[in-house]
Amino acid sequence: MSEILKVDSINVYYGAIHAIKDVSFSVHEGEIVTLIGANGAGKSTILQTVSGLLRSKTGVVRFCDEDISHTAAYKIVEKGLAQVPEGRRIFLQMTVEENLEMGAYTQAPSGVDADLAMVYEQFPRLKERRRQIAGTLSGGEQQMLAMGRALMSHPRLLMLDEPSMGLAPILVEQIFEIIRDMHKKGTTILLVEQNAQMALSVADRAYVLETGSIILSGTGAELAASDSVRKAYLGG
Amino acid sequence: MEFLSYLISGISLGSIYAIIALGYTMVYGIAKMLNFAHGDVIMVGGYISFCVVTYLGLPGWLSVVVAMLVCTALGILIEGLAYKPLRQAPSLAVLITAIGVSYFLQNSALLIWGASPKVYTPIVSGQIEMFGGSLKISWVTVVTVVICFIIAVGLTSFISKSRMGKAMRACSEDKGAAQLMGINVNRTISTTFAIGSALAAVAGVLLCSFSPSLMPTTGSMPGIKAFTAAVFGGIGSIPGAFLGGILLGIIESLAKAYISTQLSNAILFAVLIIVLLVRPAGLLGKYVPEKV
Ligand SMILES: Nc1ncnc2c1ncn2[C@@H]1O[C@H](COP(=O)(O)OP(=O)(O)O)[C@@H](O)[C@H]1O
Ligand SMILES: [Mg+2]
Repeated sequence: MSEILKVDSINVYYGAIHAIKDVSFSVHEGEIVTLIGANGAGKSTILQTVSGLLRSKTGVVRFCDEDISHTAAYKIVEKGLAQVPEGRRIFLQMTVEENLEMGAYTQAPSGVDADLAMVYEQFPRLKERRRQIAGTLSGGEQQMLAMGRALMSHPRLLMLDEPSMGLAPILVEQIFEIIRDMHKKGTTILLVEQNAQMALSVADRAYVLETGSIILSGTGAELAASDSVRKAYLGG
Repeated sequence: MEFLSYLISGISLGSIYAIIALGYTMVYGIAKMLNFAHGDVIMVGGYISFCVVTYLGLPGWLSVVVAMLVCTALGILIEGLAYKPLRQAPSLAVLITAIGVSYFLQNSALLIWGASPKVYTPIVSGQIEMFGGSLKISWVTVVTVVICFIIAVGLTSFISKSRMGKAMRACSEDKGAAQLMGINVNRTISTTFAIGSALAAVAGVLLCSFSPSLMPTTGSMPGIKAFTAAVFGGIGSIPGAFLGGILLGIIESLAKAYISTQLSNAILFAVLIIVLLVRPAGLLGKYVPEKV
């Protein structure tokens, strides 16, 4: 399996705050990799650095063997990397369908209708609500919209930042079901979660992040069985 | 009949304010900044049109096209040189820069065209008489209102339907998320300035056709009033800019006619203050609390 994403000793700062310290990890084609860690560990900072919204002071981010450390965020999307950001960040004043169209911004306009049909097939709820203003959707529907919107760009790698955040347990199950499904259809996934249990259950491999550094890594099953992970993240 | 003629002249004056207000409101909506130099782009548009007609002897309509092209380029240049480097800067720094750009444009005009007013030849002349001559409407008035209407329809459908228009709305809501969609935010902002400045050129030509004396400060007062109109209608809202502009024009025209010419501006701003006390977000604006 080839490495689709390779992050090599990145260091990210917010002013004087050293938020990410020498972090390295990789994602192979076809995998689900998860990055778990407590609130404030630096998970979102890492994803934003990969997608180009933040910059690393040192180190390299490589996507499909290409250095994207200095590539503009909007150009990284064109290369096939999509991010579902923390808190969804859908366009609340635009309609559901317009949000999906924005997701297809990098695609040829001629293919957009087929892609809409594909997303609506996966998320029938969005089809029912296609003309509705996105701000009026429920939390779970907004998360589905955010995921559908990212799929519109046909990503080779999809990064999800806490997709389960703020959702009722039944919806969390549903979101993870969708993640498995997207993976089965061939999308490589980098998943960031505070919900370590769910994340480890779907992941091929996992990294544990603590105050900006990776302290552990292994297969999902290994980490789920590890004592320190159980104590710190799985409630004993 | 007198009232009707004041009302009509108010609507046409207001149409000009509306066209200018669009530039303020679109730039505010997307770049989240107040471009105080916008009024001076109007003045530049007026001078360009004047020069094309006077020195090149070309027809008035062609001078409008040239003025639009020059102002579009000017708007893109101003944004790229003065505002783009300040994207991450505090909004106060951007505001002061905008005031600086405004003075720069006025003084450049002073240097190029001198301080004495130029006499602008209106692009259309003559008037229509109705009701046996008791109601006279100048062609400039008619043209102004028609152009404003065309811009209203065109711009609204551009923003709601086109790819770039949707990208603009996305940027106005969340620039980070817009970038994650693959939208080039810098190009979107630059396009917004281009559109606003092209409209400013149109406004400049119409303004000079109403009051033909053209000076380096010609754009200041209409600029401030149009900014007021944008705030009045709800800054960031395109329908708000039209409504605010036209209402402001009507208030000004009626206040001049029935109350006092000297006091008309004071009355105008008093109305604005009252409206903002009652509706802080303006007539059509959405009140969005600042995110902490
Ligand atoms: N915009 C910011 N300015 C300053 N510090 C920030 C900013 N965003 C995040 N941080 C800090 O960086 C660290 C990592 O944050 P984040 O990546 O959001 O963590 P996580 O996603 O794991 O909860 C935290 O200590 C947080 O306080
Ligand atoms: Mg986070």
